[in-house]
Amino acid sequence: MKLTDEERALRNGEFGPAAQWAIEHQIKVGDYLGAGDFVPVTQAHIMADTESLGVAGVEWLERMASLPAAERRVRIPTITDPRGTDFAAADRLKHQPWMLDLERRAIAAFEAFGVLMTNTCINYQTIMPPVRGEHVAYGDTGVVIYSNSVCGARSNFEGGPSALSAGLTGRTPRYGYHLDARRTATLVVNVGWTPRELNDWGALGGIVGRLAGDYWQVPVLTGIERVPGSDEMKHFGAALASYGSVALFHIAGVTPEAQRLDDVIAPGRSLPTHDVGEADIRAFARSYAQAGKIDLVVFSAPQLSLVEMAQVAGLLDGRRAAIPLLVITSPQVKPDADRMGLTARIEAAGGIVLSGMCFYQSYAREMAEANGWKRLATNSAKLVNIIGGYGYQPALMSMEACIDAACSDRRKAS
Amino acid sequence: MHRRRVQRPQEGIVSSKTFFATAGMGRKVQGHALVAKDGFSARYDLDRARGVFARPEHKLAGESYVGRVLVLDAAKGGVATAWMLHEMTARGIVPAALVLNAVNPTMVQGAALADFTMISGFDLDITQAIPNGVMVEVDPTGARVLIRIVD
Repeated sequence: MKLTDEERALRNGEFGPAAQWAIEHQIKVGDYLGAGDFVPVTQAHIMADTESLGVAGVEWLERMASLPAAERRVRIPTITDPRGTDFAAADRLKHQPWMLDLERRAIAAFEAFGVLMTNTCINYQTIMPPVRGEHVAYGDTGVVIYSNSVCGARSNFEGGPSALSAGLTGRTPRYGYHLDARRTATLVVNVGWTPRELNDWGALGGIVGRLAGDYWQVPVLTGIERVPGSDEMKHFGAALASYGSVALFHIAGVTPEAQRLDDVIAPGRSLPTHDVGEADIRAFARSYAQAGKIDLVVFSAPQLSLVEMAQVAGLLDGRRAAIPLLVITSPQVKPDADRMGLTARIEAAGGIVLSGMCFYQSYAREMAEANGWKRLATNSAKLVNIIGGYGYQPALMSMEACIDAACSDRRKAS
Repeated sequence: MHRRRVQRPQEGIVSSKTFFATAGMGRKVQGHALVAKDGFSARYDLDRARGVFARPEHKLAGESYVGRVLVLDAAKGGVATAWMLHEMTARGIVPAALVLNAVNPTMVQGAALADFTMISGFDLDITQAIPNGVMVEVDPTGARVLIRIVD
């Protein structure tokens, strides 16, 4: 990779060993992925729950964080993805003391770097959405795909070590979705039925993700009959990134880089084309449906917006959950939900409101074993895709159907 | 490289037993191949405590990956693998190497942190070229990155 004078100084250790490690790591990654140089970035977002880090990862962070303050500070605003617990509710989840200890150690290390502990995967709804053309180094795949596609920002998937590196150096290798040439479509998906519920948007994302197949594919959707809202884009993108490892999509006439279909199709290029209709979306959901009793309902992945919190509260009014009902949001939304009485309404119905964590990033296997949870209902296609590997049997249902499954009482007549 | 380089087949395959990749990192290793036309994500697919593929839908569900050279199609899922390869390596419950048709950045970032052996990018579908169970050598250290059937 071609380096500037400052980058050579970083590499020579003139800014300390943390930044030196960071740029070496970035060069290794950039060389592998064909980057010609670095691009400055304005924000970094780090995924680093302790289930992923493990003891080894936390110790690695602590070694770096023990450097003198001047040698370990991030250079750009650097924020975090959800943590592995909500300390205020850890006992209700049966999280063990060793998990909380590991979390506290990781948090202390990140704070020593000057990282802002936002603990959210919906920073594009709550913190500082990037703007079109802004180069960033984001972690969580749902954050990346929303920022790239809906905001028109530019990021690759930056795993925890690379996002921290970007924070420490203020730059990232220029490859992938930092490049114009990578942002054109590679497949067309004609959608014959515009989803209504969030779980249907997630199912559509899952279907398109399977069609796309890998990180380097960029689907463009046609046929979407209205402008999807932020939560709909959130569920669609999160599922697309989860099932397909996809980091960028376009919707013709909707997303900023595809005001016309031709804007994202290189002249003269013929692309593979697929049709997806309502029957495909229904079949996708049915592939996860199951008979029998549900053990718990989870709203998470991504964390809920304030609007989703209000929807859950509204559906629970006058009802009572007979099984665990977890409603997980961000530390930015939670105080508003408290202030507006949404938390109280959800918890009055037996729900548990959690913040700053995400279900699958919070020792899901250990929670299943400790609580006897197996059959999980959710409206998140992303969670459905992930959680099977943790020993759960997931069902994908609408928010309303999930709440019906959680509540033993009959729905109140409206 | 992140995209497969266009290359005539005879340039990428010098014999029926050696296959060249377009990129690699880590050390030269040997191990028995565990092969499937399926993806790889440490978070989605593995029970990392037991060292087995855990996602029921995965074609290797129930198989131990410890010490095996995993030959799979594409990197899948989220960014957790960037930490998890390091964590798995520290505990020694880890594959010997990853061989993929297509990587994503997360897999590269994880391999870089863990000093883990990984190669990717072939002129053919590597999951169809390597028989399951054969002894292979993965060498990212030479002038040309390769996987070779040893026995």
